Amino acid sequence: MSSRTESSNASADVGLNEQYTLHVNGEFHDVMDAWVGESLLYVLRERLGLTGSKGACEQGECGSCSVMVDGQLVCSCLVMAASAVGQPIVTIEGIAPVGVPTDVQQAFVDAGAVQCGFCTPGLIMAAHALLERTQEPSEFEIREELSGNVCRCTGYGRIIEAVQRVSIQRTATSASREADS
Amino acid sequence: MSIVDERVRGGRLGDSITRPDGTPKVQGGFAFAGDLNAEHCLWGATLRSPHPYARIVSIDVTPAYAISGVEAIVTAVDVPGQLTYGLIRQDQPVFASEYVRYVGEPVAAVAADHPETCRRALEAIVVEYEVLEPLTDPERALDGSHPPIHPDGNLIRHQRIICGDQSATGEVVVEGTYEIGMQDQAFLGLEAALALPDPGGAGVDLYVATQWLHEDRKQIAACLGLPPEKVRLTLGGVGGAFGAREDISLQVHTCLLALRTSRPVRIQYSREESFLGHVHRHPAKIWMRHHAMADGRLVRIESRMVFDGGAYASTSSAVLINAVTHTQGPYRCANALVDGYAVRTNNLPCGAMRGFGVVQACFAHEGQMDKLAAACGIDPVEIRLLNAMETGDALITGQVIENVAPVARCIRETAALPLPEEPVGGRDGDPMRLPGGAGRTADTAHIRRGIGFAVSIKNLMYSEGFDDYSTARCRLADGVATLKFATAEVGQGFVTIAGQIARSVLGVDDVLLDSIDTGVGSSGSTSASRQTWMSGGAVNAACLKVRGLMFDRVAQMYGVSAESLSIDGGDIVDASGAFRVSVVDATRGASFDETVEYRHAPTEDLDENGQGNCHTAFAFVAHRAVVDVDPDLGLVKVIQIATAQDVGRALNPLSVIGQIEGGIAQGLGLAVMEEIIMTEGRVRNPSFTDYLLPTFLDMPDVVATLIEERDPIAPLGAKGVGEPPTISSTPAIVAAIRDAIGKPIDRVPVRPTDIIF
Repeated sequence: MSSRTESSNASADVGLNEQYTLHVNGEFHDVMDAWVGESLLYVLRERLGLTGSKGACEQGECGSCSVMVDGQLVCSCLVMAASAVGQPIVTIEGIAPVGVPTDVQQAFVDAGAVQCGFCTPGLIMAAHALLERTQEPSEFEIREELSGNVCRCTGYGRIIEAVQRVSIQRTATSASREADS
Repeated sequence: MSIVDERVRGGRLGDSITRPDGTPKVQGGFAFAGDLNAEHCLWGATLRSPHPYARIVSIDVTPAYAISGVEAIVTAVDVPGQLTYGLIRQDQPVFASEYVRYVGEPVAAVAADHPETCRRALEAIVVEYEVLEPLTDPERALDGSHPPIHPDGNLIRHQRIICGDQSATGEVVVEGTYEIGMQDQAFLGLEAALALPDPGGAGVDLYVATQWLHEDRKQIAACLGLPPEKVRLTLGGVGGAFGAREDISLQVHTCLLALRTSRPVRIQYSREESFLGHVHRHPAKIWMRHHAMADGRLVRIESRMVFDGGAYASTSSAVLINAVTHTQGPYRCANALVDGYAVRTNNLPCGAMRGFGVVQACFAHEGQMDKLAAACGIDPVEIRLLNAMETGDALITGQVIENVAPVARCIRETAALPLPEEPVGGRDGDPMRLPGGAGRTADTAHIRRGIGFAVSIKNLMYSEGFDDYSTARCRLADGVATLKFATAEVGQGFVTIAGQIARSVLGVDDVLLDSIDTGVGSSGSTSASRQTWMSGGAVNAACLKVRGLMFDRVAQMYGVSAESLSIDGGDIVDASGAFRVSVVDATRGASFDETVEYRHAPTEDLDENGQGNCHTAFAFVAHRAVVDVDPDLGLVKVIQIATAQDVGRALNPLSVIGQIEGGIAQGLGLAVMEEIIMTEGRVRNPSFTDYLLPTFLDMPDVVATLIEERDPIAPLGAKGVGEPPTISSTPAIVAAIRDAIGKPIDRVPVRPTDIIF
């Protein structure tokens, strides 16, 4: 831990002097002159320019800031950035190149699962994580597994539809692969 | 910094094409207002009142300036122009100076190098308050027992509606008092803005998430003491709105700090601050008495409504008018006496939220219709059909409904939708399917199912003589159309249908959407379910004008009659069918550019008896709810909502379904979970941990039917669809709960104690 900068109002001054390296979307990023209290969400957005992860509640209730840390879906607003050193982090920007959406991303667009879009990156991360764990989730499993992500626009119906579309596509694809082999 | 600039191809009116901003939104590249940044940008933050009512004795900002990284602190004395703002009345201070009138009222703002520096600076500002007794009971605002808390007094508006025979009565009389709690819009994209000052402070650019750029500009410019043209607004990506962005919040503060520091400044509210920093749905208390014939036909309605406007006027007077003019619901009634009051208190200011006054009125009139059905011994669906209004019927204001009014069809088609297959108490003994889920211990054998019905009418667009218009510009060159408008895209999908309109009218495939900013005339607010009609009407009119010029050119070039030409797919054809040229060929080397203002038919003020054609158009919807209730624990699980909605014409059916499902989710929230709880003017639950929003697990299946009867009054035949889903879904759910437990419930949200005791 670094010491605070001395000044006329030492107790109130914010020490902007942390330095560490994060491993985000396959690349190492040096974080310079940071305050130790910064969340992973803040550092991703404000220091690394990765604004795809959104902050809407700041207390892990809405899932808009969901990212993968060391293979786990987490709310980046609840993770101290300095504590994520040494762990691979994947954000919405890291799951597909710009203009080349994943099957989940495309299904969200096609199914009408996007309105304002603020919750969408977090939901895409959560839907990917769900479909990695379970290729054929029931409707109820989709509801349960995604219930940590709040959407205020859609009423969720089209999001469930999007996830089901991907599930059907992936199952069909793997079935045809098995048939081929 | 164009928000929507993607070229979209294909998709005409009636097609369920996808959003032009869909791909950037799913990939995280879409720039919301809070994502915008600039070099050397400072963070701004707001100091807020901790008291519901107090006199400011002194403010000392010097300790905050001692903190390293603090660049500017502004208070009321630093406001260069008008000291107050507001949508209808300018009664709300930019910063409180003499008095603070609600918990959360802005007192000062700071700009600094880091959000944490801002937080510490706010903590260091010393404000001395003389705490006063707050006025928190709306009835005390009316009875005169509390001195005025504002120079404008404690009554914001009273409106009476009196019509017909006041002695008329029937064999059946039912009455009730209904309470509606304070709901939050809870958009996910928190208030955010970025201000870029001109050199020398001559003007400012503001990128902001809002519902109405030009109204914001008017209010900001007045407070900054700048001419409006020196305040240029661009829509930052908007993460939902639902009414909460109709009033300005951080706009003036952000600009002021930027002008003061000559540096870019951005402000983003926290969730707690957002609960304090925007207006909410009015809590209301509504008494109604319905007189009817023994067969259930309505004879007369009496009502008294009190809406708590909170500390400042915002749109309270218009919300109240919506409430009183919708007292009867979508039912014929010749005689009425209604007194509505919007009052000022030291509670949070209230204003626009999806449904705008009609939500409250509908909860009351639908409770009454069920009481009437029970008293007359007839079915709740039958009594609604019996009284359903039609085109040509007059409201209690004397206004005749000229729109398509398929009320009976909405009711019949909703009632005909299939009931859920889900057995009572869930399937397979899975505790997750019980009311309260697995975390509670509901006894499956005790679960009771209920079914409820509700119907509503909603006015569309602005009322009471307001000059309501929208502006759109269409340019067409080389087969590519470019649309420019200031219509706030808040998630509803206007950017999708704008392209569909242009493609349909002009026969082009390629439509570019220009930046949404104040570089064109006002589009009015994205509220009152008005943009499909108004900005859709403006885009349509601008495209039609351009098409006329294109036809003239074609007529001249090819020696055909302009009047005989029409669009067929991507071609221009004449009536005989012998002539055909593609739009791309016809516009090669030419360029057309037309800007149009579209206005709806004028409206008028109500007179002292509440008579007058104050609204311009109406839409209708019916909802049926099925719920499971655990009477031991007082928990509710909504199993299904069925709905048939009068949409006029679905320009994009997928978008309409999105509005219906999303609106129902907010109606469900008000019915069973969402309420800002205030005690003595203090908010007890300003967070998503304590203010409960419907999740995936709370939202039931929605079965929807679109009633498409094109409205000849609407420019595209389409009615606005955003608000109706939110309005009668709430009373339908509450009716279902009553049906399940056989007890009267007269307030929302329904709490466990309302069910158990």
